[in-house]
Amino acid sequence: MLGAYFDFIRIRFLTMLAYRVNYYSGILIYTLNIGVNYFTWKAIYGGGESLGGFTSAQMTTYVAVSWMARAFYFNNLDREISSDIRDGSIAIQFIRPYNYVLVKMMQGLGEGLFRFLMLMIPGMIVAILLFPVQLPTEPAAWAGFLVMLFFSFLISSQINVITGLSAFFVENNEGVMRMKRVIVDLFSGLIVPISLFPGWLSSVLNVLPFQAITYLPGSVFTGRVQGVGIWNVLGIQVFWFLVLLIPIVWLYHAARKRLFVQGG
Amino acid sequence: MYHLGLLWEYLKNYMKTRLTYRADFWVEVISDLLFQATNFIFIMVIFMHTESLGGWNQNEVVFVYGFFMVPYGVFSCFVNMWNFSERYIVKGEMDRVLTRPAHNLFQILLENVDPPSLIGSFIGLVIMAISGANLGLPFEWWTIPALLVLTLSAVAIYTGIYTALTSLSFYSDAPTGILPLMYNIQNYGRYPVTIYNRAIQVLLTWIIPFAFVGIYPAALFLQRDEMRGMAILTPVVGAVFLTIGLLSWNYGVRRYKGAGS
Repeated sequence: MLGAYFDFIRIRFLTMLAYRVNYYSGILIYTLNIGVNYFTWKAIYGGGESLGGFTSAQMTTYVAVSWMARAFYFNNLDREISSDIRDGSIAIQFIRPYNYVLVKMMQGLGEGLFRFLMLMIPGMIVAILLFPVQLPTEPAAWAGFLVMLFFSFLISSQINVITGLSAFFVENNEGVMRMKRVIVDLFSGLIVPISLFPGWLSSVLNVLPFQAITYLPGSVFTGRVQGVGIWNVLGIQVFWFLVLLIPIVWLYHAARKRLFVQGG
Repeated sequence: MYHLGLLWEYLKNYMKTRLTYRADFWVEVISDLLFQATNFIFIMVIFMHTESLGGWNQNEVVFVYGFFMVPYGVFSCFVNMWNFSERYIVKGEMDRVLTRPAHNLFQILLENVDPPSLIGSFIGLVIMAISGANLGLPFEWWTIPALLVLTLSAVAIYTGIYTALTSLSFYSDAPTGILPLMYNIQNYGRYPVTIYNRAIQVLLTWIIPFAFVGIYPAALFLQRDEMRGMAILTPVVGAVFLTIGLLSWNYGVRRYKGAGS
């Protein structure tokens, strides 16, 4: 049974491989994003040494690592799920002998692995060549980062699944999906590290799951958080992974009762 | 006249579909506003930590953002091609469009009009008025005509870029993943481009000219003399990119063979 789920990873990976040409432009565009953010932060720093606990060099690394992590964890599960719901094909998927949400997560993972190899790694190499990025040297930091990256993927995909399943309750959830995208980019710390937000806002963001996607792993990788702090970060990620399972399970069950197919 | 009549019919149709999904309408309006709010948070956060961004103060950057919202709202209302490849090519709806007399691109744009986006334009005008008053900007006789011309030019630039990119789906059978990636880049045209290095400035000015939908035209109203030349160039860039977009679209449609199904 588990083998069937692994096949979903493999099949999605191979599907993405067929469209790999798209990803060459992706490398360019992600590098451009890093470049623009790098120069914006340089202008903000001016002559200053430190901002929100980040030195100028750490900020460069943070920007590069955050965008490259996004290259890996980003997917369109929300869009896929809501289009399954809107065209009614989800009815067929619900009667098949597998768990729909788990299948989506597996497909997301297949896509993530593809993006890791075709977008994140080459993009990272280009970024290191172009910008003064300082990567950690000890293997433990790398191992820790890979684990955290995996949890970034899990949490981001869970949020996507929740957004996608919301199509059961608002028939056209285009607005919800757009809102999610913007909120995740801003509140995960991709565009502004959370420590730079005003105090009240960063304390709100500290109790939301978004920081576990980009900000916390990025802080570890730039060396801002070290030692015991790394285990705290991992703990927060595991915590959010478990907490987000609750709305997913609830939505999934509520959705099976609520399902009505609009035409098709 | 014929095209205006079509526009009216499609808008009526739009209202009917929209009234079926009432809740969704408000979700979309609110999500648009929240999107703008998050961008404001970004500007606020930046100016909590610095006095100026490349020589531009907070009110000026907010004003540029206000201007940026105006053409962007108009563009999102009338030109909405996010799902073009999936909807028209993969599902074969392009065949239906091509059998009708009106120009195919015009029909596709009409089928996807999104009037709630215009709310963003109004808010942009309000923001320009407030930050302009804070800066003590004079209201000249040419302010309104210039605003109209520059807005239309900026819409032409957006339309040109996105039409050209969307027409790529005629050439490659892959669902293009470029559009969502562009989404982030267009925001960078709002910040003083002079802070970027030469390569990025050239890119944002001449290759994907998003600087012409934000900072350059807004500089005219802010009386930033160093960018006046660029601001005046906006209509030219608009005409050029709209032409590129339409040409590559028409050429692509001729190559279109249908995807079966």
